[in-house]
Amino acid sequence: MPATLLHDDVLQQRPMPLPAPRGAASGAVLDALQGEANGLDDAVDRALADTADILGDEDLQLALLLLYELHYGGLAGVDDGLEWSPQLLAARARIERDLEAAIRAVVRVPERPEPTAAAVAEALFALTGEDSGPSLSRYVARKATLEQLREFLVQRSIYTLKEADPHSFGIPRLTGRAKAALVEIQSDEYGGGRPGRIHSAIFARTMRALGLDDAVGAYLDLVPAVTLASLNTMSLFGLHRRLRGANVGHLAAFEMTSSLPNRQYGNGFRRHGFDEEATWYFDEHVEADAVHEQIAARDLAGGLVEGEPALLDDVLFGAAACLEMDGRAGAWILERWTAGESSLRAPVP
Amino acid sequence: MPDVPVQIVACPNGPLLVRGEIEIRTPDGARVPQRRRTVALCRCGKSTIKPFCDGTHKAIGFVTEPEGDA
Repeated sequence: MPATLLHDDVLQQRPMPLPAPRGAASGAVLDALQGEANGLDDAVDRALADTADILGDEDLQLALLLLYELHYGGLAGVDDGLEWSPQLLAARARIERDLEAAIRAVVRVPERPEPTAAAVAEALFALTGEDSGPSLSRYVARKATLEQLREFLVQRSIYTLKEADPHSFGIPRLTGRAKAALVEIQSDEYGGGRPGRIHSAIFARTMRALGLDDAVGAYLDLVPAVTLASLNTMSLFGLHRRLRGANVGHLAAFEMTSSLPNRQYGNGFRRHGFDEEATWYFDEHVEADAVHEQIAARDLAGGLVEGEPALLDDVLFGAAACLEMDGRAGAWILERWTAGESSLRAPVP
Repeated sequence: MPDVPVQIVACPNGPLLVRGEIEIRTPDGARVPQRRRTVALCRCGKSTIKPFCDGTHKAIGFVTEPEGDA
């Protein structure tokens, strides 16, 4: 590892700047965040009644992402106290209810294994191993242009600049073996005590290497609903104790589908001549997630089910939801690229 | 803190998961840098980052015999 990577500055994020609205609901949320909440309830209810597909709805996914951001790094110029505003929480709950129903409707949950750690791990490895659709990682490795690599980072930045944070909300909801496993994984995600090695900070280096802005929300206006829905699904699972099983299943599936694709992503950047500084993030995940997936399958998901067998179905649902929602986001990018189009709502400046 | 022995978990169809302080050396005796507290050591022989696991065992269908009950 070159010394320059060990002695660089620490990434300090600031509250996210407010994006442009994408319709009446996100507009009303933006108004409410700035102190004008009169039209919020009606606007959200109307958008929920009118949408044909909440999973791809630009307006509703942005509205929900903004409401969730109050629980993460906050929003620039917005009163932090609004995190617990009953009216904003009620609006969030109404969007969440329909989002959860929509996810449950599209997800294919695998057959139930025995509620033992070994059987749960085996079932999760089988589920995540059969993911055989068109591969974004292979495209990035072999074909992606420099512009597409930059788009890829912009798409990923929505989650990755807060990498690991959604699942960390689950820590106090777990006990025993599952809790120790989640903390073991998250400690590694957060750099094992070294701020320069926090995964989101390593990702920021990749963004900088490609001339991109690494501030949270810098490119939010460009990123489509399908990608916002992927993060919103994680926030939904992470922020509800009721869904702690889904939160655990989601993280397990995420870790179990990471090390092999990250090798491919790194290869795509190497193909364009980028050095270790730019590919560190991907190289790190090849090694880290080969560790995490074993802990996540056996000790986290398996340990949770052994401790709370009633959560087995939710663990499987969360894992399947991860594959479905991240699969949709990946397929969207791949379809646009193979059609010769951008995957973003507007070009990267 | 009392001495806790190094723990090694033989993951079915996968790597050896090692928790605890260890020193990894190449056959020549050079020290292999260890970048995280818990490491996964390749057991299928096909990892591109040996001695560490990179998940390749899944791509090649590596299968271990079931472990006996201890």
